[in-house]
Amino acid sequence: MMQADLTVILPEIVLAVYAMLALIGAVYSSRDDLAPALVWLTTAVMAGLAVWIATGTGGTRIAFGGMFIDDGFARFSKVAILVSAAVVLVMSQDYMSRRGILRFEYPILVALTSVGMMVMVSAGDLMSLYMGLELHSLALYVVAALRRDNVKSTEAGLKYFVLGALSSGLLLYGASLVYGYAGTTVFAGIVQTVSQDDLSLGLLFGLVFLISGIAFKVSAVPFHMWTPDVYEGSPTPVTAFFATAPKLAAMAMLARILYDAFGGISGDWGQVLALLSLLSMFLGAVAGIAQRDIKRLMAYSSIAHMGYALMGLAAGTEFGVQAMLIYMAIYITMNVGTFAFILMMERDGRPVTDIRALNLYARREPGKALAMLILLFSLAGVPPMLGFFGKFYVLRAAYEGGLIWLAVAGVIASVIGAFYYIRIVYYMYFGDEGEELDTRSSPALWGALMACAAAMILGIVNMFGVEAAAAAAAATLVN
Amino acid sequence: MGNILSIVTFIPALAALILAVFLRGDDEAAQRNAKWVAMVATTVTFLVSLGIYTQFDPADTGFQFVEEHEWLLGLKYKMGVDGISVLFVLLTTFIMPLTILASWQVTDRVKEYMIAFLLLETLMVGVFMALDLVLFYLFFEGQLIPMFLIIGIWGGKNRIYASFKFFLYTFLGSVLMLVALIGMFADAGTTDIPTLMRHQFASDSFGLLGIHIVGGMQTLLFLAFFASFAVKLPMWPVHTWLPDAHVQAPTAGSVVLAAILLKMGGYGFLRFSLPMFPVGSDVLAPLVLWMSAIAVVYTSLVALVQEDMKKLIAYSSVAHMGFVTLGIFSANQQGLDGAIFQMLSHGFISAALFLCVGVIYDRMHTREIDAYGGLAIRMPAYALVFMFFTLGNIGLPGTSGFIGEFLTMMGAFQVNTWVTFVACSGVIFSAAYALWLYRRIVFGDLIKGSLKTIADMSGREKAVFAPLVAMTLLLGVYPSLVTDIIGPSTSALASQFDNALAAAKAATQHASN
Repeated sequence: MMQADLTVILPEIVLAVYAMLALIGAVYSSRDDLAPALVWLTTAVMAGLAVWIATGTGGTRIAFGGMFIDDGFARFSKVAILVSAAVVLVMSQDYMSRRGILRFEYPILVALTSVGMMVMVSAGDLMSLYMGLELHSLALYVVAALRRDNVKSTEAGLKYFVLGALSSGLLLYGASLVYGYAGTTVFAGIVQTVSQDDLSLGLLFGLVFLISGIAFKVSAVPFHMWTPDVYEGSPTPVTAFFATAPKLAAMAMLARILYDAFGGISGDWGQVLALLSLLSMFLGAVAGIAQRDIKRLMAYSSIAHMGYALMGLAAGTEFGVQAMLIYMAIYITMNVGTFAFILMMERDGRPVTDIRALNLYARREPGKALAMLILLFSLAGVPPMLGFFGKFYVLRAAYEGGLIWLAVAGVIASVIGAFYYIRIVYYMYFGDEGEELDTRSSPALWGALMACAAAMILGIVNMFGVEAAAAAAAATLVN
Repeated sequence: MGNILSIVTFIPALAALILAVFLRGDDEAAQRNAKWVAMVATTVTFLVSLGIYTQFDPADTGFQFVEEHEWLLGLKYKMGVDGISVLFVLLTTFIMPLTILASWQVTDRVKEYMIAFLLLETLMVGVFMALDLVLFYLFFEGQLIPMFLIIGIWGGKNRIYASFKFFLYTFLGSVLMLVALIGMFADAGTTDIPTLMRHQFASDSFGLLGIHIVGGMQTLLFLAFFASFAVKLPMWPVHTWLPDAHVQAPTAGSVVLAAILLKMGGYGFLRFSLPMFPVGSDVLAPLVLWMSAIAVVYTSLVALVQEDMKKLIAYSSVAHMGFVTLGIFSANQQGLDGAIFQMLSHGFISAALFLCVGVIYDRMHTREIDAYGGLAIRMPAYALVFMFFTLGNIGLPGTSGFIGEFLTMMGAFQVNTWVTFVACSGVIFSAAYALWLYRRIVFGDLIKGSLKTIADMSGREKAVFAPLVAMTLLLGVYPSLVTDIIGPSTSALASQFDNALAAAKAATQHASN
């Protein structure tokens, strides 16, 4: 029995053991120059695990009395998490080593937070969910403050920690209410006590607190306040990481808890999510207009994008989950590409994040500017880029879920949001002459930028099979 | 040649890809290569598209040359043309080589310029061929990107304001169409346009937020599509982006905008609004007809007081598009024929007028009307060409402009006499502003010192105008060249519209009994 359980969580065990062995080895040798090798090794391990999970056995396996679920949904999310984490890790290396902040802890912490995220998306119990969430968060608090001699970075880490602790508190409070009223922490048990007809107030409160706690993690309005500051303060590679894998993990965890534990009352949580979605889309679109710092701008952009992903979930249908997964997959690809570009923005070797510094960038770097142009229009959801299809899926899910007003609001917000994306295009392509940025680029960053931009165009042919995979994943979650 | 439509659509995109990947540097040789690649690609596209024209069977009112492939989410990659769309395809492929030729003197970022225009051609041709709603939307919206860049990079002094206004204005118009499109997908279970044309969308009235909506879902869908097409066309009062965009865009951008992009709004009405939402169209037709009449008169008056040549022609475009909506929403064969004819004719004439402005702008770098006068003395050939298109713009019999205006008004007269009466007076205003513009620029004494050395049109410029003159004249004296092709399709559309309306009315009466 125990052995069968352990085989189910073998990928997590492998990554956790690897992280700990690497930590021990690195601490004993205590040499930071091991870091580049560790980055590559961690990338290789995570990529290997992703391949393993993607090609592994199908079907749903449940371990530890329902605490851990390995199904198609979990596998889809894990592959996306591992791949994006690995790509961001490779992208970080050049930037961090040139600024002397590539410590050996960094790849290890990323590996640990990935373990946490894998547990989150597989959790079948409030306890294992919390365990995964905390492992993931604690590692992230540390990497946010990785540049410990920098005020902004430490501030970002501290802010993230305090607000993260608050959200954990909310989540725990919700969990305890749910436990108190349902009598169990296993999702499979909770779902039996939750029904539309007689929903106890305690459970409803518990649900709302749980959603609020997770909304912090996905940075949905009104729980988004930490996002711009943390994005701005953290070292850029860390910001790139924040914007990708953890967002998907939190979103998948939200879907997991809503469907597995509260599947019977989708009407109740659908309203909550619809409101979160509406507020996120509009705040993300409007507040982004005033931003001149590209990292803060991307923070608001991600808030808006989370609003769209939530729109899919709010529909409360299987297609909605599929739409959310597709949206998140596209969102991650766009963000990896965009941050690859941001990581290359520097002047005299120092990172620049002011968008006005992009003056006529296209004249000197036509290739990179074109790739960024494609990504920006994709972020804005303008066809024929792939970003449009992400929006198309969630809008259709919302429409079919009866949330026509939300779909209309969503498209209006997308027009407002388009303004700040095309403003970057404006600086790059028809701004005024100004101080030039360096033209240096590292192969990893250049490759990531070009690959993501190409994916935005080529993906419209068949989405590289993500559509079918997401459909299968959604089917296993929503029975 | 089973996939001739895809070939025509993607030749320019392929050329753009070749330019983007293989052409390096920005020296004179590279610039010349970029121009020639674009020129050859657009010409080849035009020649191949002639194959569509020769093989097209006007008697068949269905879609021809249909291609179909499975795509994401149950959508289809489906292309095809019928009598309504085929001439727009040809208009596009015909105009594009001329715009490339007219841009021969561009020196700033030539490679990117040509790529933008080539991609724009792919997207424009695709719009007229797409037989899947989402595919249509993809092409329709995708144009915003190259056009935004064309205005923004190669535009005039105030180009940033104009490009943002153009982008956001048209984007806002279209996203509502996106929601309607999703609603149609959900309702009919398909995005196949021929199937949707036969699908009956619910037309039962219902209340929404306390407003009683006559025509129900059809009216709402109609309004959502209307928001997009009315902005694109553009109709009064949502035309304000157009003068800004035209004034700031480079000459070739203005030409494409006036000759082709505006036609997409009219095409959208013909392809979607009338056949798919007959009840909605019927409910709102009086409003649209009056808006058209107001557009014709109001924008003609506005055109009278313009100081800027391009702005004047832009307002004149809005007025002419008023005739188009007038014809379309008469929903009878004369009206529909007239609307299509007017759009094609305007495609040649407005393109030529913007090119006329371009010719003297290239020499003097100003579009102020006051800066010119007496050009006939130094530029006789130019004066002749400009005169010809001015008269075409007025709708002089013998030019294609006359046929379009006459047919649309004949169609509208059968539906609403007062609207036609008002619109008729707009014809007089158009003569006023166009002839006055011509007088101020071409006639009079050549007293401005800077004009004393101005040179007449070069051989390249004459080559650009010659095909346009030929087409305007040909369609003016031999209109059945067009009406023979569009006739069967428009009469089918008109009768389908009447039948659908009658069926819907019968159903409503049946329900109330």
